[in-house]
Amino acid sequence: MDEITKIAYNCRKATLLIERKQILGLSAREKLELKIHLAGCNVCKIFERQSILINRMVHGLFHSSQANELKLDEKYKKQLQERIEKELNKH
Amino acid sequence: MSNDNYTTADLFATASVDPGKWVELYADYLYTYAYTRINDEELAKDLVQETFLAALEKVHLFKGNSSERTWLTAILKNKVIDIYRKKSSAFAKKTEVAEAEQQQDDFFDHEDGHWNVAHRPKEFGVEQEDLITSKEFNNILQKCMKKLPTLWLSVFTMKHMDDEATDVICKELKVTSANFWVIIHRAKLNLRECLQKNWI
Repeated sequence: MDEITKIAYNCRKATLLIERKQILGLSAREKLELKIHLAGCNVCKIFERQSILINRMVHGLFHSSQANELKLDEKYKKQLQERIEKELNKH
Repeated sequence: MSNDNYTTADLFATASVDPGKWVELYADYLYTYAYTRINDEELAKDLVQETFLAALEKVHLFKGNSSERTWLTAILKNKVIDIYRKKSSAFAKKTEVAEAEQQQDDFFDHEDGHWNVAHRPKEFGVEQEDLITSKEFNNILQKCMKKLPTLWLSVFTMKHMDDEATDVICKELKVTSANFWVIIHRAKLNLRECLQKNWI
């Protein structure tokens, strides 16, 4: 099997390329390899969609939880405040 | 705040920092930031306190080039990375990685690299527009993330939550660039498999 044929049939390699594509981008050759692979592999097409979805959800996980901010309890905040004031008064 | 502190706070007024107001203005924000990244309430609380104390030490270095909140967040972020580094370099975690790797041993055919039938990705059928569905999906996602080895989760979180530069992650967590890609790939394979198992 030549290199291109190997790639075309190797899902392990294709899924790695899918990850790299989203973070770093691919070289022209890698793009071609992935394109050839995905043209014939529906399972990896699903993988790619899910991979993108997961990245988006993980990103959103952080932003949405930031939107509905967690609260520290008041007692702890009061202690923090006192601690800071104590430090400030040292100066 | 007591009146006494206004005089002290005045010292910082020119650099537009006011430590007397930090707790009121930023404590919840910083707590949320820390908690979403390390998933540990007590540790997150400690980190908020450490951040404020470290900031007080360095307050004279604050140039006002960024907002106070951005500056405090940057200090906290470094502390979070320290935690990642400590957790993922712990000796005991080696077995954790070995187990996670073991788990994906039969995802692909060893000979030709094809997906093995039992592990082939199937459609999740998640509708982005449906808020309730995506909330449930998010819950599973978070649980699945917790199952990843600490090192993998650290790399994955730094990349996808904070969009950190790859070379920074490699340097901070002491992984080679080749290993970075292996980890990103493996983390995603396990995460996806876990979602499929628990969702569909």
